[in-house]
Amino acid sequence: MFSFCTDPASLPQLEWFACYLTTGKHMAFYGSFLVVLLLLLVTAPVALAFGFGGAMAARARFAPLRWFGKGYTAVVRGVPDIAFFMFFVIALDQGIEWLRHKIRCPDWEQPIRQGNDFVVCAQAKMPLSNAAQWVHEAYGFTLAVLTFSIVFGAFAANVLFGAMRAVPRAQVETAEAYGMTHRQAFWRITVPQMWIYALPGLSNLWMILIKATPLLFLLGVEDIVYWARELGGAKTSAYSYPHPDWRLWYFLALLVFYLGLTRVSEIVLGRITARLSHGQATLGGQALRKGAG
Amino acid sequence: MRKFIIATTALALSAGLALAQETVRMGTEGAYPPYNFINDNGEVDGFERELGDELCKRAGLTCEWVTNDWDSIIPNLVSGNYDTIIAGMSITPERDEVIDFTQEYLPPEPSAYVALSPDVDLKGGVIAAQTGTIQAAYIAETGATLVEFATPDETIAAVKNGEADAVLADKSYLDPIVAESGGMLVFAGDPVPLGGGVGMGVRESDTELKEKFNQAISSMKADGTLNALIRKWFGEDAATF
Amino acid sequence: MNSCLETIRDYALRSIGIGERLLPRADITLCEQFTLIGSGLIWNIYFGALALFFGFFLATAVALARGARNALLRKPAQWFIFVFRGSPLFIQFFLFYEAFVLLPKMGIDINLGFVEITAETRWLTRAWLGALIVLFLNTAAYSGEIFYGALRAVPQGDIEAADAYGLTGWRKFRRIVWPTMLRLAWPAYTNEAIFLFHATTLVYFSGFPAWQQKGDALYYANYFADKTFNPFIPYPILAGYFILLTLAIIAVFGLINRRLNRHLPQERRQMLRFRPNYIR
Repeated sequence: MFSFCTDPASLPQLEWFACYLTTGKHMAFYGSFLVVLLLLLVTAPVALAFGFGGAMAARARFAPLRWFGKGYTAVVRGVPDIAFFMFFVIALDQGIEWLRHKIRCPDWEQPIRQGNDFVVCAQAKMPLSNAAQWVHEAYGFTLAVLTFSIVFGAFAANVLFGAMRAVPRAQVETAEAYGMTHRQAFWRITVPQMWIYALPGLSNLWMILIKATPLLFLLGVEDIVYWARELGGAKTSAYSYPHPDWRLWYFLALLVFYLGLTRVSEIVLGRITARLSHGQATLGGQALRKGAG
Repeated sequence: MRKFIIATTALALSAGLALAQETVRMGTEGAYPPYNFINDNGEVDGFERELGDELCKRAGLTCEWVTNDWDSIIPNLVSGNYDTIIAGMSITPERDEVIDFTQEYLPPEPSAYVALSPDVDLKGGVIAAQTGTIQAAYIAETGATLVEFATPDETIAAVKNGEADAVLADKSYLDPIVAESGGMLVFAGDPVPLGGGVGMGVRESDTELKEKFNQAISSMKADGTLNALIRKWFGEDAATF
Repeated sequence: MNSCLETIRDYALRSIGIGERLLPRADITLCEQFTLIGSGLIWNIYFGALALFFGFFLATAVALARGARNALLRKPAQWFIFVFRGSPLFIQFFLFYEAFVLLPKMGIDINLGFVEITAETRWLTRAWLGALIVLFLNTAAYSGEIFYGALRAVPQGDIEAADAYGLTGWRKFRRIVWPTMLRLAWPAYTNEAIFLFHATTLVYFSGFPAWQQKGDALYYANYFADKTFNPFIPYPILAGYFILLTLAIIAVFGLINRRLNRHLPQERRQMLRFRPNYIR
């Protein structure tokens, strides 16, 4: 980074740290904070979509769909997320490649499972083995987002299911009395109104999601915990910057990061709650009205 | 459990070879110096990086480095997320049932105990090891009390802070740590011969790739470059071919 | 089938050190996987149940302190909840383990005047005590927040009625405020219990070392995945056990919920809903 960093061993303390903290590895560490934030921002809407789908399925009048919706939420929530992450990504990856294999190489005669090996034709590889570096990274990241979304979608489905039921029945009945179909009443009355009931549950889910991100390294994304461990571990002189075990300091930095993220989220979610409470016949809404009047 | 690729693609060396060739993805752990580690630029480095790049050059392959957690390094290989494992992996019968190995590129290497004093009780004391290593399995069979830690770093820390009486790990991993501990850590007892030599892991169905690497390793053994590389990374008195 | 019974005899209590000393190493059978992973579950239940039990009392105290007018009580409670709810359990385990290791190994003599107790600090670095303390503090913070919310939701009328009956101080709290608070908090508290049990899998995974290969269900699942190189069998077994455990928790908490609500008219009884409000 700096011009004086060519021979770290000879540097005085201050310069040594200036160089140490700007190595390529540290840059990757700082970058991983952005990866975590990006994952949070991408996963939240995707998980919400999964949750919405799950909640709709659980409400469906077609029984098998309803069983599927309820089964999805019950099973995924019953399992600790680590256990899920330990095998799910490989399963997902193999599933995708198996599908592509069936479509792209219909006349492949060798078996896909050869002993312990999982072998698909070269065109079905995901991503193709000669694909550029960033494609592999993007694919790994997408799998992580998908896995997180499936897990957190199950929780979101549960919250949204409850929120849909919390919308006062009379509102839907009124809509139907005005001649709306079941579908219209759902989309025009239930969906716009359910958010205020869903918000406490969803904000908690967001907090949960923040704290689940250290598990990202199980999914193969090099996240902040991976780098904190890697950078903090004692380094012998095989490295340019040897140092003793500094994991404590790195983990303390992570602690500050997570506490900060939690605090910012609390403030933002508090504002959203206040906004959504406007004109709602809930205790929060009443309080806002009184405050304004 | 796919790990992102850290290092850049090793350059295809001759233009003629660069045509129509598949990229071989080399899986490693990146946390076991001097075999393989992530250097300060965030790239895979170490003995195996240098060896792997040379082997790829000799076999005329384009190689790309990928790091993966040790725990899932074999499942991800058989699942096709990368094509080789080059991560200081000893050839054991259990592993050989699931994957195939190339010939050894490192002779069998002893494990050693490291402790705060040379006269600790290695048969009845508390011995630390990394979870899931051959060392952990070995300690479980001796009379000693096994304590397992998730990373090699923690095993050393446990000896330093007195949690464990000694740690058992590959001698070449411990050598620089003992040398740089300023006399705090010492080797205890005799080295223990564990496991076979170290080879590259490939899928059982990938016989062609295995052959290519076997030939490349043979040629490096024949012209002495492999031994030179071993001495460079493991010291002058390391076992060679 | 017979050999499976033998396996169960040898390994059913392996996680607490009873039975065969060596874990199965080659030719691992499904029976061995089921038995050992199930054996590890003993530790998950141990951590979950004890942390929940002790945490319950601390949580009540924290909730009361959080609602106190005195800033000397309120501020520490707020910070306690913020720090434990705002950081991943992963990092809490790491920091506590590091701190416990630094404590002197000898034990601290505590003189109580009439009797001298030697606190064995070395047990703190063992999972059975150290991890239990972390989980206990963690669940106390989460439940404290839940109880605090419930405390604020206790109907004003109930308090007024208690005043009218001349109940004051401890009696008012014990007979009126506390039961109502519990009743209101119970659905969310049930979720907290479920998530706490799920969180116990982190103990050996990232926090504390395993001694003599005695670990929890995830430790053994990991062991088998490592030995068989096939993650698709041990982890789903683990998942299956946890689904059963979750169902058992819901059943037990549902019974308590019925008892808490037994005085209410049938239609007003709160249905016990399993909603994900809190996790670490």
